[in-house]
Amino acid sequence: MKLFAGTLLMLLLATPAVADVDKPTRSLAATCAACHGTNGKSVGGTSVLAGVDKAEFIKQMNGFKSGQIKATVMHQHSKGYTDEEIELMGAYFAAQSRE
Amino acid sequence: MTFNRRDFLKISAGGIAVTAFPYIAHAAPDLMKKKGQRVVIIGAGFGGATCAKYLRMWGDKKVEVVLIERNPNFISCPMSNTVLGGSRTMADITHKYDALTKKYGVKMLQGEVIAIDPEKQTVALAKGYLKYDRLIISPGIGLMYDQVQGLTKQVAEEQIPHAWKAGPQTALLRKQLEAMSDGGVYLLSIPKAPYRCPPGPYERACQVAFYFKQHKPKSKVIVLDANPDITSKKGLFTAAWNTLYPGMIDYRPNAQVMAIDVAGRVANTEFDKVKADVLNIIPPMRAGKAADLAGVVNVDKRWCAVDFLSYESKVHKNIHIIGDAVSAALPKSGHMANSQAKVCAAAVIELLSGNAPNANPVVNNTCYSMVSDKEAMHVANVFRFNSEKQAMVSAEGGGVSEKSSEEEGSFAKYWAKNIWSDVLR
Repeated sequence: MKLFAGTLLMLLLATPAVADVDKPTRSLAATCAACHGTNGKSVGGTSVLAGVDKAEFIKQMNGFKSGQIKATVMHQHSKGYTDEEIELMGAYFAAQSRE
Repeated sequence: MTFNRRDFLKISAGGIAVTAFPYIAHAAPDLMKKKGQRVVIIGAGFGGATCAKYLRMWGDKKVEVVLIERNPNFISCPMSNTVLGGSRTMADITHKYDALTKKYGVKMLQGEVIAIDPEKQTVALAKGYLKYDRLIISPGIGLMYDQVQGLTKQVAEEQIPHAWKAGPQTALLRKQLEAMSDGGVYLLSIPKAPYRCPPGPYERACQVAFYFKQHKPKSKVIVLDANPDITSKKGLFTAAWNTLYPGMIDYRPNAQVMAIDVAGRVANTEFDKVKADVLNIIPPMRAGKAADLAGVVNVDKRWCAVDFLSYESKVHKNIHIIGDAVSAALPKSGHMANSQAKVCAAAVIELLSGNAPNANPVVNNTCYSMVSDKEAMHVANVFRFNSEKQAMVSAEGGGVSEKSSEEEGSFAKYWAKNIWSDVLR
């Protein structure tokens, strides 16, 4: 799986920089937590966002927005966020550890 | 100040606990001496518990957080209708608070708040009081029993449950449905909007019909709706009723229940008297009691106006309100309370450090309705702050499912699992 491979690479290359997190971005990313777990660490069923490669996250969200990726609910939520916000969220989740 | 007869008379005449506060504050002990900055949170539901966790998590555990809750456990309203349907048990929707204490260092106090003094910045329980720098009230709903003649709190607890706060009344209503004979009538009455969980009553009609279909197929569900039409997911609910439970659900709009005959199990609307075997009257709602104690109920004598950047009250400084009690064009849901709690937590951390809160808060809501044991459908929306309107407004893209499905039934279960964890663990 592409998503999984991207995640592994991310884990190998980056150590999360928790200290200098941008607070509005943290709040933005927290809007995903009800379904995808606190800090993107899903506890079951939904995809884990923590540690997902930023480019992959953006690609997925844009895929939901355009309708290229079929979804039950994400085609609606993705349209509610601006491109800039999706980039910020992507950077935030990429910096989260999966542990 | 000592307690004297004149004060007592003043208290009695005033009739509200706020008047009684000066006495309580000085007679009862300080429960926890405040050392550093302290946030007190009243109500550990979806709003309050989330807020406590995120204040500790995002505040690097610097701010002391005291969370006051009357119940020993968290019982989830979302998914509680499936207990009535029989696909979940009370144990499945009951969760412990212990991780908030162990993992995040939240100080939990079980008890009933009896007074709040916004000037002195204190919260009183029967056994003593607490000082705060910021108070966050997540009071949930209060039920306006006096709007339905014959209905009281006691009647609801013992005979005619509303079961609109998951707990003993959910179990009571399930028992009544189990005891009803095949061919019986279950009557659900829905109050005028706004009320907690717009699609909730229609989901409940599905769940009761689901139970009847399995075990009591000759039975009927009558829905008396005070609203002119189904208030949420109309097309989806109508389709679910017609396909899954044909002929079982009798939906009557513009039917506000004004009075009930408790012993006879009769509900009276303006034009009609409807007899049932199981009566489930959901009375009109307002902000929960803690909001009254703080004196922050300022919209229609029912809801609380807040600043959407911080959820600070428009009445009193340093008091914030989150969840169902807030007056807003936002759905009154557990998911929304969880969303608002995070905006509030982030803002309070900034305010305690003398900084301005985030000027562009974004929240979202995903609300699943289980129409059987396996199938569900949703309504989803992102909302963002509009500075011109000083309000949260719906962003692009929101909407509902095309149809209910088993796939979404699975997602509803994943949603529950993840949000319970986000609130409590």
